[in-house]
Amino acid sequence: MMAPVPVGAGLLAAAVLFCAGLTGVLVRRNVLFVLLSLEVMLNACGLAFVVAGAHWGQADGQVMYFFILTMAAAEMAVGLSLVLQMRRHFGSLDTHVMNRMRG
Amino acid sequence: MIAVFYISAAIAVAATVLAITRTNAVHALLYFICSLLATGVMFFVLGAPFVAALVVIVNAGAIMVLFVFVVMMLNVGPQTAEQERILLGPRTWIGPAFLSGVLMIELAFVLVGYRAGTTTAPIVPPKAVGMALFGPYLLGVELASMLLLAGLLGAYHLGQGAMKSKEPGA
Repeated sequence: MMAPVPVGAGLLAAAVLFCAGLTGVLVRRNVLFVLLSLEVMLNACGLAFVVAGAHWGQADGQVMYFFILTMAAAEMAVGLSLVLQMRRHFGSLDTHVMNRMRG
Repeated sequence: MIAVFYISAAIAVAATVLAITRTNAVHALLYFICSLLATGVMFFVLGAPFVAALVVIVNAGAIMVLFVFVVMMLNVGPQTAEQERILLGPRTWIGPAFLSGVLMIELAFVLVGYRAGTTTAPIVPPKAVGMALFGPYLLGVELASMLLLAGLLGAYHLGQGAMKSKEPGA
């Protein structure tokens, strides 16, 4: 049978992945990479949920991953449509071309 | 099995770091898909076969294919990769990487200090997940379906505008 995995190791992997995604969101200026890093962060949160669910032997962690996945799919669909609109309006994917509001 | 978990965790972290440091969008996508597959292996080892299948089919399959389509539509070429390479200097990196590193060290400190034990080995079968989804979480499933409908309508609306305006321009 499967040997048990230390819960700290699973949560640590989730934390490292989350921080990598956070670095990507903060550093990158191409909006495609920002969206990709957001996806990394969401996936890391889901991993933490699944590790916790496995720790308690309950299905709730997997249920929460299901909801996170649904949210990520909706977010990606709208976000990528906005990327297409951004390309059309500004001709670039650099987030710094749209750092001003027209008030 | 525990070695499989550690190896796939290392692969996931390495592939994610490579994905967020690439200048070419397609290379980054391929690395991220590799990271998602490694996460799927971790889920399987943790006794969650349902989400292991879900992450491969939905996340690595559907969402990443959407990304690839958008990259193809935008036609992100070598000049964009060159621009990214210029923007991605150490001066851009150092501040956010330092802050995230501090956050990661804090999290690692807390998690290593906390002796919670190990995850239970028994597998939580897909049947249990389905029973939970359509039992206590029924309202959540309804809300998720409404969220997906809103996402569908939003993407349709925004994408329609993009297609219309491209026709006279092209």
